[in-house]
Amino acid sequence: MSDQASPSGTTQIGRSPPRLDSVGKLTGQALFTSDLVMTGMLHAQVKKSPHARARILSIDTSRAEALPGVHAVLTGKELQYRLGLYVVDKDILAKEVVRHYGEAVAAVAADTVEIARRAVELIEVKYEVLTPVLDQRKALEPDAPRVHPDLASYDYVKAVFSPQPGTNIPNLTRLRKGDVEKGFAEAEWIVEREYTNPSVQHVPLETHVAIVEWKAGDEVTIWTSAQSPFTVRALFCYTFKLPLNKVRVVVPNVGGGFGGKAGIHLEPLLACLSRKAGGRPVKFQASREEEFSLLPCRSALTYRIKTGVRADGKIVAQQMTMYWDAGAYADYAVNVTRASGYSAAGPYEIPNAWIDAYTIYTNKPYGTAYRGFGHVEFFWGLERHMELVAHAIGMDPLEFRKKNLLRPGSVTLTGEEITEHSGDPRKCLEAVAKAIGYGKLTPEEEARQQRTGRKIGKGLATLHKAPAMPSFTSTAAVVKMNSDGSVVVNTALTEIGQGSTTAVAQIAAERLRFPLEKVKVVVEKDTDKDPYDWQTVASKGIILTGRATELACEDLLRQAYQVAAQVLRAQPEDLDHDGEKVFIRHHPKASVSFAAMAVGFAYPDGNAIGGPLVGVGRYTAQGLSNLDKETGLGLPALDWTFGAQGVVVEVDPGTGEYTLLKVASAFDVGRIIHEGIVRGQCVGGMIQGLGTAICEGYIYDEQGHLLN
Amino acid sequence: MLISVRVNGHVYQRDVPEDRTLLRFLREDLGLIGTKEGCGAGECGSCTVFLDGRTVNGCMVLAVEADGASVETIEGEAKDGVLSPIQAALDRNHAVQCGYCTGGMVLSVRELLQNNPRPTVEQIKEGIEGNFCRCTGYQQIIEAVLEVSGQLTPGAKGELKHV
Repeated sequence: MSDQASPSGTTQIGRSPPRLDSVGKLTGQALFTSDLVMTGMLHAQVKKSPHARARILSIDTSRAEALPGVHAVLTGKELQYRLGLYVVDKDILAKEVVRHYGEAVAAVAADTVEIARRAVELIEVKYEVLTPVLDQRKALEPDAPRVHPDLASYDYVKAVFSPQPGTNIPNLTRLRKGDVEKGFAEAEWIVEREYTNPSVQHVPLETHVAIVEWKAGDEVTIWTSAQSPFTVRALFCYTFKLPLNKVRVVVPNVGGGFGGKAGIHLEPLLACLSRKAGGRPVKFQASREEEFSLLPCRSALTYRIKTGVRADGKIVAQQMTMYWDAGAYADYAVNVTRASGYSAAGPYEIPNAWIDAYTIYTNKPYGTAYRGFGHVEFFWGLERHMELVAHAIGMDPLEFRKKNLLRPGSVTLTGEEITEHSGDPRKCLEAVAKAIGYGKLTPEEEARQQRTGRKIGKGLATLHKAPAMPSFTSTAAVVKMNSDGSVVVNTALTEIGQGSTTAVAQIAAERLRFPLEKVKVVVEKDTDKDPYDWQTVASKGIILTGRATELACEDLLRQAYQVAAQVLRAQPEDLDHDGEKVFIRHHPKASVSFAAMAVGFAYPDGNAIGGPLVGVGRYTAQGLSNLDKETGLGLPALDWTFGAQGVVVEVDPGTGEYTLLKVASAFDVGRIIHEGIVRGQCVGGMIQGLGTAICEGYIYDEQGHLLN
Repeated sequence: MLISVRVNGHVYQRDVPEDRTLLRFLREDLGLIGTKEGCGAGECGSCTVFLDGRTVNGCMVLAVEADGASVETIEGEAKDGVLSPIQAALDRNHAVQCGYCTGGMVLSVRELLQNNPRPTVEQIKEGIEGNFCRCTGYQQIIEAVLEVSGQLTPGAKGELKHV
């Protein structure tokens, strides 16, 4: 793979060199937050609620405080702060009521994990157990208990979200396109169904972990397994009303994220423990069990779809209602709902559409971002629905899909016109249809059916996805040249395994025309040292950071050319460069090396010009806008990714047991930077998606206790 | 209890509590952080190490059980800073993403190949079934094992030809 030819005109892009971060990971030397030890470090443990909904009558911490080796014990009562990503609805520790099984009600910092664990056991909490609201549809009923009776008083991002005071709805996203009633009147068939999928867990191999030190003078340092250091800093400072330059967030290697580490989680609690323990650093790593209930999951969804279709297979109207189970806190769920609202119809052209997408509070562990959020969850329902609609009208499901797919000139739900540059869902669908031999069985498959008595079926599904992010999402990159002509690239795009470190290095090497060995991209992120990046989420990393890196390289080259022009007595326009030097295009031997200019060029007499070469590049998402709260019209999508999946499945007609014989995926990803990494993302995503489709899911008992 | 354990060829003597796991002994007492904790319950394989020549989950073995034994961790795999053939094959096949499972995976592959130098795809799957990877979907790991066992031409993509 590494020796494959690259696309014409490029030297780095499309090749598959070894990853820049692989040697450390292969040898066990790469540092993750869980590996860090700070001088004087204490260890935290958390007392968690055994109930889904209960009033806290009393918490007795006296025995825990008396335990030797305990340095700080905290309960919600003394923490007058509230947290929230989009809706500010969460206490650092539960106060008065607990809202989900596994919620933190008290915490301890002690010399060792063992002492902290013992201290937590000594904390006595008395509860009045209340009836939880567990079903998101029942939570909409007028007499359902309110998970957040004070919703009306909560602060929230007003430009984007619409909480419904007095209800369990922290956000309702609406979209209206065309005239859905008129559309249904034109339809010859109407198919209406409902689809449900449960909450699932990200299961990163490294559970959430952080170390926080809150020293005198409000000097705070946070080492954390977070995907988005600048978001952790922003939300932390919002909660504690601290200036941003007082708080430093450091992120080393992250052992898997998948969205679960996108927001702010353990950091505020550990900060309060550190402050109470006299500024000593406090570490906590969630156990695997805590990862499932103390920390967030993916929201469950019930999706109701009513489709009106003509005899020729053209969809003329679709009414879509989404009931998202946020769990106890809004966190990302409100934004998941928003994304699902504008994407709800999939990559199909629907002339008349009506969408209500509800985020609904329940007494369950809360939902957060999860790989492809606001898309992958509803495609489960949507694509089953498309299959049923096709069957209902007697049309082949592939032909039915192709007839309704977006094409250049189509208008999306929010009013965006699709162009030939938007991507091609049709090609993806055709590619997977071909790969699985759609529509017929091969002689081998026929023979296999005969032999096993099991039936073989083939199916496919389409998908689309746009980054779910603010309209003004931005990032920056800094490229610094060393005195040997090598460069160091700083960005705040975190490496969570997706390979961005390597891809950014390839982009920098390409733009500089340097060999890859001359480019270092710093893995550890540090809000005090790296330029701003919004978050590492939403599949937006390489689009934004990649472009900022290109611009930073161009900035650096511009500076180098200016110095070289003086040294070579030429105009910058007359110059060219290779991986070592800048030279006069017409007289290539007249050159000056990057190394000689990297920190300022010195003439033989000692006189110097220029200075350290540091390139800066910035990139802001272009042309996006907020969505109208009533119609949903606007431009939410920086780019659409189109794709398709095809499967060959063998089913035992007697038992319903099935085996997956083959899966094929196709994505229109644009220009591939690193084929090996893209393939790893596709296959890894495929297997993770199959897990959620086949067997993963949260299971609760009737009292809201998590059973698995 | 005072124990003496040979780890990657070096003998360490330490006084450890009886309930200390081998995993925590390696990470916290010896600073060998390449062995990771993923579940603490013997399910995920992130803490795979060799104990007297066979792999164990470090979270399921007490440090005192390793008294007098020989332990090999991921830190002992590369020699003089040069990746072992297994590590190099995983690298060439881009079989590393977040890297948290990688150390344990390398050691399980080593044990597999010690016992079976030319495993089939099914045998590879069986050999690494105790090592969870949430990122890669395993495909490139399997290809790396095929490659290092001489069953896949280095650089050839995708198709697993010999089975």
